[in-house]
Amino acid sequence: MPVICFDRVSFSYGRSQIIEDADFDIYQGESVCVIGPNGGGKSTLLKLILGLLQPDSGRIQLLGASPRQARARVGYVPQQIDFDPLFPVSTLDVVLMGCLNRSSFGFRPRQDLERAMHALEQMGLTHKAKAAFASLSGGQRQAVLIARALAGQAEILLLDEPTAHVDVAAEQRLLASIRSLEQELTLITVSHDLAFVSRSVPKVLCVNGCVHVHPTQELTDARIRELYGRDVRMIRHDHEHLDSHAGHQHD
Amino acid sequence: MVDFFNALLDPDLVFLRNALLLGLIGSLPLGAVGTFVVARRISYLAAAIAHSVLGGIGIALYCSEVLNWGWMTPMLGALSAALCSAALIGWVALRSQQREDAVIGAIWVTGMALGLLFISRTPGYIDPMAYLFGDILLVSTSDLWIAGGVGVFILAILLLWHRQIVAVCFDAEFASIRGVRADWIYLLLLLLTALTVVILVSLVGIVLVIALLTLPPAIAALGARSLGRMLSLAVLINVCCIFLGLALSYQFDLPTGPSIILLASIVYLFAHGCRRIIKV
Repeated sequence: MPVICFDRVSFSYGRSQIIEDADFDIYQGESVCVIGPNGGGKSTLLKLILGLLQPDSGRIQLLGASPRQARARVGYVPQQIDFDPLFPVSTLDVVLMGCLNRSSFGFRPRQDLERAMHALEQMGLTHKAKAAFASLSGGQRQAVLIARALAGQAEILLLDEPTAHVDVAAEQRLLASIRSLEQELTLITVSHDLAFVSRSVPKVLCVNGCVHVHPTQELTDARIRELYGRDVRMIRHDHEHLDSHAGHQHD
Repeated sequence: MVDFFNALLDPDLVFLRNALLLGLIGSLPLGAVGTFVVARRISYLAAAIAHSVLGGIGIALYCSEVLNWGWMTPMLGALSAALCSAALIGWVALRSQQREDAVIGAIWVTGMALGLLFISRTPGYIDPMAYLFGDILLVSTSDLWIAGGVGVFILAILLLWHRQIVAVCFDAEFASIRGVRADWIYLLLLLLTALTVVILVSLVGIVLVIALLTLPPAIAALGARSLGRMLSLAVLINVCCIFLGLALSYQFDLPTGPSIILLASIVYLFAHGCRRIIKV
């Protein structure tokens, strides 16, 4: 049974059509990458899955219910959060926010603390629990946001370019942490890193107005050129499936 | 200072005790709500709410004198105006396509203009300065009861909803995904700000209450690592500023509101200076 089901979904911002007639399913335990050019609709696709945006036509089902009903069972990690560095909040406080729901009144239950600490442990950040969130590096902050998503006992994890603002060493640690989650969760990752795509996932959603689903090994040079609408200059990486130029995009 | 303590015990100086009690009662909600106002950076919204209160006070005075609506006290007028402007500002901030800052500015000045207009049409001499900058002679025993009731209400709401408020102040989008009604929580914070502002209007006035709402949490933020600590520190700083400001104003025959606020400003500048020196 699919955990995410798009049934001929279209969405536009005013007159600008962003997603057109998207029709695809994602199944439990799958690991899927979303790729496409800037402005192609990748983040919009995630917001539609989360019910933060409503489609103009078509139907979206998330875990067998409407996105609004089921989104609390989805962990979402944004590309970056627009947070105030002077906001006095610790790493643990941020992760605990992942345990919240509409009926979280009064003091925090003990099991929330256990879940938050477990999520921090999964991301290897237990030692930073009491550190100020603003004092962490970009990679650590991103790992904390993943821990926040995990603390909510997510069944699906949506990651919007998780390594976009981190250095190479932090990227490797983050990717290792993300891969360790593949066994437990359905993972949907927006990424421009085609090396990561080719190494990590068997299925790719190509988004540029319309949405096409491909097995990763079918992601050829021609398809990438068609998707991005031009030639893209990329750094070649070691890869298993991709026969074309794959890697970081420097266009 | 000894004179001030003696005056507090003097049975003829009830107004001084009332002023101190009101300040101490108000410190708790001021510190608590002020912490979220400063953390969420919505001080300018709180200022607009506070200034619109003059409209409610003016209308209440006019209705009470001209229409003989005895039940319409300035406190009730202030409360109604503050809640209405908070709801309107919240709606504008969340829903309206208008330029938010312009609309908030309009609410700010319309409230003040309405207040001055109605006060000018009310028979008898009423000094608007008393409402703008506070007058401890305006603090009645009934004000204390109202402030106490409103303060308990604010703290009860904060106690129930504080986790959701913190989450919305930090990252409203994520809070929404978790099922928290972020828009409603934001509106709730504005309404609590309105209630808090009204509590201390008679003591420090409409203009200066904003300083007391924002300066102590801003001072606390310089040394606090968590919102809980920031809140506790802000309450403590409020208590100290109100007590010492009142004592200074009594000792040197100075206006109370400005004495309290100037003291808070000096502490803020001093704390900022100390922090810079420590960093260097």
